[in-house]
Amino acid sequence: MTTSRSSISPDRLRAVAPALPWAIALAVLAYAFIAGGYLVTVMSFALIYAIFVTGLNLFMGYAGQVTFGHNAFAALGGYGSAVLTSTYGFPPLGGFVAGMALALCLALLVGYPTLRLKGHYLAMATLAIGLIVYEIAVQWQAVTGGYMGLSGIPPLGIGRFEIVSDRWQLAVLAVIVALSIWSAMRLRASRFGRALVAIAGSEDAARALGIDVAHYKLMAFLISAAYAATAGWLFVHVVGFVSPEVFGLHMVVLAFTMLYVGGIGTAAGPLIGAVIISLLPETFRALKDYQDLAYGAGLILLLIYAPKGLAALGDLIPRSKRS
Amino acid sequence: MTLLALEHVTRRFGGLVAVDAVDLNVAQGGVTAIIGPNGAGKTTLFHVISGFQTPDQGRIIFAGEDITGSPPEKIAAHGLVRTFQLVQLFRDLSAVENVKVGCHLQTRGGVVTALVRPRSARRSEAEVEATARELLVFVGLEAHGDLPASALTYGQQRLLEIARALAAKPKLLLLDEPAAGLNAQESRLLSATIRRIVEQGTTVLLIEHDMNLVMSTADAVAVLDFGRKIAEGAPASVRENPAVIAAYLGTTEAARA
Repeated sequence: MTTSRSSISPDRLRAVAPALPWAIALAVLAYAFIAGGYLVTVMSFALIYAIFVTGLNLFMGYAGQVTFGHNAFAALGGYGSAVLTSTYGFPPLGGFVAGMALALCLALLVGYPTLRLKGHYLAMATLAIGLIVYEIAVQWQAVTGGYMGLSGIPPLGIGRFEIVSDRWQLAVLAVIVALSIWSAMRLRASRFGRALVAIAGSEDAARALGIDVAHYKLMAFLISAAYAATAGWLFVHVVGFVSPEVFGLHMVVLAFTMLYVGGIGTAAGPLIGAVIISLLPETFRALKDYQDLAYGAGLILLLIYAPKGLAALGDLIPRSKRS
Repeated sequence: MTLLALEHVTRRFGGLVAVDAVDLNVAQGGVTAIIGPNGAGKTTLFHVISGFQTPDQGRIIFAGEDITGSPPEKIAAHGLVRTFQLVQLFRDLSAVENVKVGCHLQTRGGVVTALVRPRSARRSEAEVEATARELLVFVGLEAHGDLPASALTYGQQRLLEIARALAAKPKLLLLDEPAAGLNAQESRLLSATIRRIVEQGTTVLLIEHDMNLVMSTADAVAVLDFGRKIAEGAPASVRENPAVIAAYLGTTEAARA
């Protein structure tokens, strides 16, 4: 009789698979922190997007709704703080509160009427506000600086303490990302989270069990808008500059890609998706004009072979016959 | 005592009168069955009772309160919970998670509770888990609790949907064709489960095609045909009713042709 020398059985692989996306994201992050340089910048963007996508995942992944306009909330969070800090000398935290309030007001204004309707009204309405907010950022030159944007936005900080070094910024971002994901996981594992996934599963069944579908959709919409505003705020203070392009429609496309590649409806998906998709352009850069093509092909392959995304790759490992 | 009373309830779709001035009293305790041929308006009547459609005329009184025109979630909160003709499970969730969703009305807490997770919330979560497991035992699905709902057989999915509805602790449970798609053995199991539900104090109102199930389970039967109530009473007497036989088999002329 020969015994297998391999210590990695499929069962053991399945057991560690859920930890894998976290481990990969953490490893890349640690490497960037140590290596420094351009990779720190790339990872900073990845982490900011991870927050944005975590919020999107609450609304799209858990509650099963569609939005094309969360870039508008990021823009309000970002521009709100950018204008107040650079033009009026507010501290970044004050800018955060103001930008957040703006974003939540808009989310309430758009979400309250449309989320009561069945069908794609919300998707259409969000698409519209994404475009409208972009146009305002372009046209309202006196405040937003138009296409030229705003510069001289102070870095993150509290009082006299400013976080100037790239590495420290990355560390702070990592903490905020951890908090964001932790919050999302707590929400999912609660009565509130169960109501959201129930709505995604069957609105009729959810209503028949006493779940106020319109209320829960609105709450999920507001929370995801808050995540978007936070991401927008972080972006302008980390980069120190903002222009309309930063929060354009491409932000939505990029976030969708991260969400689906990472794994929609999973806790780790937004983070691993944001990290992988942020690193990909660096990998594909050599392909130049074919970059988008490679991107698209990769996405299609992933959707075919791992429709639940990278975070659910463990499901593809075959179960052993014993289990 | 009357738990649910329909007074002249009418529902039209354009020129079609799907439910035509139906009066119906459902007594507290026991099983009431609504039967009738396809297209008789049974499902529309259920939609109207559970708030998924509003009646054009008439009133619906449940547990002493007028619930006419209330939305489904409000009606559920009053203690009237339904299942669906086509099973509406949360397919990606495990069986036990499905039942936990049913505990929604029995628990409290929103976003802040979820984030802070105070001791009361942890206790409540533990109770929800225990209740859900108990209900799985009640319908005989305790061995499948951690499987995704979509992995269960059709008959098991029916039972799971009933367990989920029971988690809301309804006064009245509406079952929309619970035996549809079940084999004879599953149907008998269902019938026994319904009797046990009634023994625990929940009143059951069901729509059914399966005559064996109706005759073995129901205490009272109402018959719909073309949206009208044509008969009601004890199962045995309804079965002998000529109007009912005609509705089901067609008139004698039609039968000879």
